[in-house]
Amino acid sequence: MERSYEKYFRQNRLPHLWCPGCGNGIAMKAIVQAIEKKGLSQDNTVIVSGIGCSSRASGYMDFDTLHTAHGRAIPFATGIKLANPDLNVVVITGDGDCTAIGGNHFIHGCRRNVDLTIVLFNNEIYGMTGGQASPMTPLGKKATTAPYGSVDRPFDACKLAQAAGATYVARSTAFHVNHLVDMIAGGLDNKGFSFIEAYVQCPTAYGRKNKMGSPANMLKWMRDNAVMKAAWDKLPDDKKTGEKFPIGLFYSAPAEDYDTAYDEVIERAGGATK
Amino acid sequence: MAKARLMQGNEACAEGAIAAGVNFFAGYPITPSTEIAETMAKLLPKHGGKFVQMEDEIGSMGAILGAALAGAKSMDATSGPGFSLKQELIGYAACAEIPCVLVNVQRVGPSTGQPTAPSQADVMQARWGTHGDHPIIALAPWSVRETYDVTVMAVNYAERFRTPVILLMDEVVGHLREKVVLPEHVDVYPRRKPKKTRAEGYQPYTPDDDLVPNVADFGQGYHIHVTGLIHDETGFPVGSPKITEDSIARLHEKIARAGDEIIHTESSFMDDAEYAVLAYGGTARTAYEAVRAARAKGIKVGLVRLITIWPFADKVVAALAKKMKGILVAEMNYGQLVGEVRRAAAGACPVELCGKYNMQAFVPAEIESAIDALVAAHQ
Repeated sequence: MERSYEKYFRQNRLPHLWCPGCGNGIAMKAIVQAIEKKGLSQDNTVIVSGIGCSSRASGYMDFDTLHTAHGRAIPFATGIKLANPDLNVVVITGDGDCTAIGGNHFIHGCRRNVDLTIVLFNNEIYGMTGGQASPMTPLGKKATTAPYGSVDRPFDACKLAQAAGATYVARSTAFHVNHLVDMIAGGLDNKGFSFIEAYVQCPTAYGRKNKMGSPANMLKWMRDNAVMKAAWDKLPDDKKTGEKFPIGLFYSAPAEDYDTAYDEVIERAGGATK
Repeated sequence: MAKARLMQGNEACAEGAIAAGVNFFAGYPITPSTEIAETMAKLLPKHGGKFVQMEDEIGSMGAILGAALAGAKSMDATSGPGFSLKQELIGYAACAEIPCVLVNVQRVGPSTGQPTAPSQADVMQARWGTHGDHPIIALAPWSVRETYDVTVMAVNYAERFRTPVILLMDEVVGHLREKVVLPEHVDVYPRRKPKKTRAEGYQPYTPDDDLVPNVADFGQGYHIHVTGLIHDETGFPVGSPKITEDSIARLHEKIARAGDEIIHTESSFMDDAEYAVLAYGGTARTAYEAVRAARAKGIKVGLVRLITIWPFADKVVAALAKKMKGILVAEMNYGQLVGEVRRAAAGACPVELCGKYNMQAFVPAEIESAIDALVAAHQ
């Protein structure tokens, strides 16, 4: 039986280079399932990525794809969308790519509200370079550059996105696959800057450093610690402890996207819109 | 007949860009280039194009590359500190072969330097600023009208060679105001198009006869992959030594092969000259006056002006050196292009530097004295 999502992959580029048990493949598949669900055309959809483990996904996906420089996916995507608004533009990034070296582009992307869908694969570590701490490595967790546990306070990328002006903000995990697909699909629906954080397990670097066990155990950790937003909101603060974290649609406030606003600029300036 | 207009160099750059088909500009404010962004913000929407002010210099460079891949002709403008920040993505554009024009209206550095006094000290950075082996095209206009023409040339070269082109202006020319009559028509090099369909086995990085690939714009159904990793003709990364070597060689060769056609120089008073002043950009204006003054005193000196800085005019300089008793290189820096002139002259005649790096543009008397000294030293 042919699996309907297979046509969205470049079969000749597979197998992927990710480690056995890596969660990136789950998140990548969730993106194409969301694309399928929303009926986006492969010819009219562009996948843009930065640098890092997450960002190698673009090469496996059968669309026009762009593997940019470290941290720069959002500016490239901004140029693509403004130059050709008919294209659907999806950005794949990682926790280091998006919130460290690309942090400024990220917050300004949120503010500018160009119609882009950003999916951040959060493995809580720099995987490609061998396991250094990222701005999303939790306090106390170990990395090669935090051998005694990280003392560097992490970002909550969803709160950051919302505060910076993103018009759609959601989080899910590689365990909650159907939910993740829904969260991404909702982002594709929003005509504006949509941000979806996808927890993915990195058994090789993060998992091993922090004694999280097998990839399956890391997925179980997501199952046991992720709390759906509705339940999370009802939890008293003293229960929001340990490693528990909320998932779900955190924020949705559609607003005029940059390109629509700019069309009005073109009109005011007396230029012809196409 | 077109009307004469009083215009600034930076404005002429923006006007030239639009005439050449630029329909996307991303920028970040920095003196002395800001008028280019301001003029683009005003003019582009009138022409149906788009302007976006990005969060930083790197972001604006990223945006123009994305726009170019989606089919736009795109441009960005900056000055020294911003030029340093953009080096990363200039290399990306060279490697992934993305057409774009980056204007650098040079000011005094290093670092924040002397904002925003004139300088020509980014000449070598334009050539070697980004890491790795790569070719570059850099052009330096000397007047407002020429800024218009050279901007059109820059956009056309970017498209023709699918390469970043640096428009290496300086504060003198950028802020100069002159009366200009703009042409009613300019020749525009169109975006290169794929010559095969996907079914016919199209590969985005297969070089055409001129060694330049016909990379499809996004959204045309080709499903291409673009990366800053070294890639083969399919566009996908490969770890092959052979392909790495061939790719880097082709990047250089596609521009080297065009050769003299893209190397523009201009000679004045050179017919019977025994000495030459070599200059470019704003400094060439002053050098022209100095040469005229020296001629009035009976010195057989002429001016050779470089319009194309990179690739360097090796043949022109080599031939010149064989005929001259001496060459004086005038530039607003501690000595940059003079090294290239000495390399190309290969000892055929003495090459002296007349450098200035004190925030002030040359005055003719300074270059005239240097001509006198050159003549006295090398009879």
